[in-house]
Amino acid sequence: MIERLDDVRMDEVRLTTPVAEAELARLKLGDVVYLDGVLYTAREGVYRRVVDEGVDLPASVRALTNVNFHCSPAATVRPDGTYAVEAVTATASFRFGKSMSRWFERSGAKVIVGKAGLTELAYRQWFVPHGAVYLTTVGYGLGAAYGRCIKRVVDVHWLELGIAQALWVLEVEQLGPFLVEGDRQGRSLFALANREINLRLDEVYRGLAPFSMGRFGETTARKDEVV
Amino acid sequence: MPRPISIKLVEDTARELMARAAIDIPADYREGVRRARDREQNRIARFVLTEMDRNWDIATAERRPMCADTGLPRYYVRAGNDALVEGGFVALERALRRATADATAAIPLRPNRVHPLTRVDHDNNVGIHAPEVTYAFEPGGDWIDITTVHKGGLFGSDYRMLFPADGVAGIKRFFVDTLVQFGKRGLACQPAIVGLGIGGSKDTCVRLGKEAACLRAVGSRNPDPAIAALEDELTALGNYIGIGAMGFAGTSLVVATHVEVAFSHTGGMPVGLHSFCLSSRRATARIHPDGRVEFRSDPMWFTDYYRREGVE
Repeated sequence: MIERLDDVRMDEVRLTTPVAEAELARLKLGDVVYLDGVLYTAREGVYRRVVDEGVDLPASVRALTNVNFHCSPAATVRPDGTYAVEAVTATASFRFGKSMSRWFERSGAKVIVGKAGLTELAYRQWFVPHGAVYLTTVGYGLGAAYGRCIKRVVDVHWLELGIAQALWVLEVEQLGPFLVEGDRQGRSLFALANREINLRLDEVYRGLAPFSMGRFGETTARKDEVV
Repeated sequence: MPRPISIKLVEDTARELMARAAIDIPADYREGVRRARDREQNRIARFVLTEMDRNWDIATAERRPMCADTGLPRYYVRAGNDALVEGGFVALERALRRATADATAAIPLRPNRVHPLTRVDHDNNVGIHAPEVTYAFEPGGDWIDITTVHKGGLFGSDYRMLFPADGVAGIKRFFVDTLVQFGKRGLACQPAIVGLGIGGSKDTCVRLGKEAACLRAVGSRNPDPAIAALEDELTALGNYIGIGAMGFAGTSLVVATHVEVAFSHTGGMPVGLHSFCLSSRRATARIHPDGRVEFRSDPMWFTDYYRREGVE
């Protein structure tokens, strides 16, 4: 049982998409994951379209994979219509929180790859009921290391959202490393880290008196997170 | 009359700077991160920094951007007082905008710049007030220095109006607050070069904090010994918090702290803080009228003249 960061074994795992139920259930917090197969990028633009406007995810995408990367690539459409994707890194996932439940329903996604995870509350509320897990990218900013694992752009949908917001379907080989941040029980690796960090904060703030003038409406509990 | 600097050379150099910044991590920062990794006791945080180091090798070897969030590309231009540019500075700024658009497709950079309300993206990192171009001058010299900075990340920066009674303890509290808020989960993509601007007006301290983070090399010190001592103290404090790379408990939060000051209102002490991330991207070139171009990774932005205090 993983109860503190020291318990994390960082076991290496290779997953093939679409990722099977049994594989998802086996993942432990802090496992180092590499992905083979196909995944797609989807962030604000795609979420708005699918979750808020009710447009269906392209059927071909849904059929191919259950892995959604919160990402937009450093990419371009060449004059001959082909694509160059050189680097990929994730965008912060907490801001998709309130869309996640509906997103899982409408996309069939079971694996979210992103940056910095969500809270345990968010996992329990929105991930666990759909059997989904969260993998965090590492760094952050392994753009080149991840980019070289992209073997092919399978397809691009909704380019009218702009290159950064479009839905890129990517074939990848040993894409990683990612860390298991949110498991099937809704536990979070970052939550473990935060508990250890918080133990020290009173000591860090000793001797630092409150500011002369406060701020309106924000948390003043320094053990809270801002996400 | 001195010879003007060729505008084509300006544009070609700016394009090359965009590639160098996006792809090649500055050696001063890389060494700082390696030192942070060597000190780091948390094995997950150490794993993160080892992977980053490998990523920088891949980026340089394969000429790929080190991070897909290629930030908001912008420029800092310093002109020697005797410098002339073919077509003038309006032509220079046009060249920088063209180089940005061309480099976005050629490298490629991620087209990050969108209209803030309509979210319309021209897919070229150019738009209203984008890229920003900041100008400064230096006595003597017929050259121009062009620096590009690609700063990503929506987290890790903050501003606060403090008052003289808050003193250095207040500055430290603001510093720790910002690092704790954005250090958890690694939102600030630490270990970072932290820039702190103290004083001036609100916008001045925010600008100075950003320039201190992005335009000073790791290892540089503020020339005022008292401020240099504060820089060391803040770095030690930041790494004492107990947050490592990606927010794993550890010690690798701050690679260096750079403090810059400006004379402020007698009743106030505004502070602005910026974190330059694991993809601390900057590149500089000095262009001479005879066509020579010298590239470097240290912008050398904070000169004695830039920090001048007296009437002259």
